[in-house]
Amino acid sequence: MSTHTIRVCCGTGCIANGSRGVAAALREAAARAGAPAVSVETQVKATGCHGFCAKGPVVAVDPDGISYYQVKESDAEEIVASLGGAPVERLLFRREDGTFARGEADNPFYEGQVKIALRNVGKIDPLSLGDYRARGGYEALEKALAMAPEDIIAEVEKSGLRGRGGAGFPTGTKWRSCAACEETQRYVVCNGDEGDPGAFMDGYIMEGDPHSVIEGLAICALAVGAEEGFFYIRDEYLVALDHMARALADAEAAGILGDSVLGSGRRLRFEIVRGGGAFVCGESTALMASIEGRVGEPRAKYIRSVQKGLWDKPTVLNNVETLATVPVILKEGYEAVQELGVGRSRGTKTFAMVGKVKNGGLVEVPMGTTIRQLVFGNGGGIAGGRPFKSIQTGGPSGGCLPESLLDLPVDYESLDANGTMVGSGGMIVMDDRNCMVDVAKYYVGFLAQESCGKCTPCREGLRHMHAILTGICEGKGTEADIERLEELGFTLKEASLCALGKTAANPVLSTLRYFKEEYLSHIQDGFCPAGVCRALVVFGIDAEKCKACGLCAGSCPASCISGEGKQPYEIDAARCTACGNCRKACHFEAIHPEKRMAV
Amino acid sequence: MKEDIERIVALYPPERRFALAAMQDMQRQFNYIPAEGLDALSAAMGIPIAQLYSMATFYRALSLKPKGRHIIKICDGTACHISGSEVLAAALHDAIGIRPGEVTEDGAFSLETVNCLGSCAVAPVMLIDDTHFGGVTPDRLAAIIEEVGAK
Ligand SMILES: Cc1cc2nc3c(=O)[nH]c(=O)nc-3n(C[C@H](O)[C@H](O)[C@H](O)COP(=O)(O)O)c2cc1C
Ligand code: SF4
Ligand code: FES
Ligand code: FES
Repeated sequence: MSTHTIRVCCGTGCIANGSRGVAAALREAAARAGAPAVSVETQVKATGCHGFCAKGPVVAVDPDGISYYQVKESDAEEIVASLGGAPVERLLFRREDGTFARGEADNPFYEGQVKIALRNVGKIDPLSLGDYRARGGYEALEKALAMAPEDIIAEVEKSGLRGRGGAGFPTGTKWRSCAACEETQRYVVCNGDEGDPGAFMDGYIMEGDPHSVIEGLAICALAVGAEEGFFYIRDEYLVALDHMARALADAEAAGILGDSVLGSGRRLRFEIVRGGGAFVCGESTALMASIEGRVGEPRAKYIRSVQKGLWDKPTVLNNVETLATVPVILKEGYEAVQELGVGRSRGTKTFAMVGKVKNGGLVEVPMGTTIRQLVFGNGGGIAGGRPFKSIQTGGPSGGCLPESLLDLPVDYESLDANGTMVGSGGMIVMDDRNCMVDVAKYYVGFLAQESCGKCTPCREGLRHMHAILTGICEGKGTEADIERLEELGFTLKEASLCALGKTAANPVLSTLRYFKEEYLSHIQDGFCPAGVCRALVVFGIDAEKCKACGLCAGSCPASCISGEGKQPYEIDAARCTACGNCRKACHFEAIHPEKRMAV
Repeated sequence: MKEDIERIVALYPPERRFALAAMQDMQRQFNYIPAEGLDALSAAMGIPIAQLYSMATFYRALSLKPKGRHIIKICDGTACHISGSEVLAAALHDAIGIRPGEVTEDGAFSLETVNCLGSCAVAPVMLIDDTHFGGVTPDRLAAIIEEVGAK
């Protein structure tokens, strides 16, 4: 009799690809096969993210070390029937050289990854406290209960852990300042707002391993002497909210939280607050205002929130990933984090690598890993074999890096020095069909919408920058606009109240720094070389390359593509709306952007 | 409606910090926050209406205008933006005749854009009520809308 566990990824990425149906089908198939004649015992587990989200739904089989990708409900029978035997080859990951990877161990996507914050994500049933404890969960809390707060803080300091939420502030230092306050009524807060569009690691940690975040916040509370804590979680994260709420209830029922934490007599009460859907509420002081039941506007920080935070009491606020890392430091010793990384950036960082990369998903690597390793090693290069153009890191406060910086190590200092930042860990990979002016316009538009409006440089400056960028994208730009953008960027940086405004110009400044020619094409030639800015572009068909397959004509919503028989197809430029559908549809690179002529 | 409002307000202790949660519950129940809801909350928690109003307009999760029976959210987060979310919005306009922020005449659908639904690796992503759809193409869109509309 052999026992197998089938782990079905039910992370938000795979759910969008229908993994819940796959899990149900596998359960049914396993139940049917469970007749006495079959000598396998099967358990089907719904887990969090396995990392390789682009190829979801992902299904793994233990202890065989097999991983299947893009699994459909109709594959369930075959998977169950194969248990104990040879894997179902067609569902394995096919490497670049055409061979199959049996599982994570021989799949280049996982190469060089070290999972600390993600140690349990994808491995356990997030709703099972038993699963978490079986992997050493809450042992760090037990240890912390026996330690003096000072010693907990010292251990975290020695690990070199810095905040994973954006600013990279040393976590131990933050805890120490809070613990040193005179006021003894203190709070701890977990920042799970993750407003950065295109980043999802915090959400996936909360949905895939909620107890690790709870344990981290509990240890933080013991270290700084707080009894009450809050998880501020983004309202759109349906699964994360649900799993965190259930994990909290289970931890209370098991006596891990509550009036006597693990029988120690110490009291800890944690509560969940649903975010209101405003990006600025991820900023520490705005978040606290939001918890207090006010409008989420930041305040000036002459008094730091470790001294006067929630309800004017000393408060420690940490990011989800930061907190999920903490139990490892206590359980395994500070070295577990300290021995990885480079310079002042220790440990690992989780990145959400998406966009035009072939194998996108969630990766956790030691700090100092190069962008090239991430994009071309783990990520397998650019989808469709297109040329790499840029990678955007750090979200709306970050910047875009060009190809010449692919060998840059990813750590706080290196990214900072090159006009971007680690930020929360979003990484958006872009190819030659992405326009950098459009990307800058996108971020500025986002931030203009999300500015709380409290201070003028941010509120008016962003609106103005957006208008200028829109003008450039519509062919109405002048060279003076570039100077104006730089000037506005400078004003924002100097005169804004909070980091939203202070960093808002980064996407513009970094694209101006590395992709100025692209701005100049828009301004001087009235053309968008990437074929994105619709006012400046129509599509044309290269008669040499056209195979007259007709795919483009079928994809055109304006029905402006015509062709017959073996003759190359043609686009009626006057009616072309430059939506780009045809270019996506063409398999032969026959369609390219041309300058739109004024009518 | 009155009963539902009373039930929601009664769920929370009369403290300011629960105002956002109570308004989110109302939003979920009615698809918007009715004026009566603000009144009841103001009375119960002792918060001036003007402050509740400013919260209701500040937070994106809240709206003062009724929404459709089904809420379609098109993700316009960075990953979805560079993967063609605008084309999706245009295709939706062709299919059901509304743009982000609008409600269909029969009240069946309302359309919104959001800044990331957390499924970025399978962009572009769309959420209808509580169901995620990844890798949505204009072709698939029509089938999805038909299926949901039939419910
Ligand atoms: C506009 C803005 C949005 C932010 N959003 C987040 C967020 O969504 N999640 C987060 O952890 N930190 C966010 N931060 C950073 C927090 O202010 C804070 O630095 C962080 O949560 C502290 O935790 P850490 O030290 O563990 O990183 C944001 C900052 C700004 C200025
Ligand atoms: S910089 Fe922008 S977001 Fe921050 S307080 Fe000022 S207006 Fe609000
Ligand atoms: S969500 Fe399934 S692999 Fe990431
Ligand atoms: S950017 Fe669309 S789901 Fe994240």
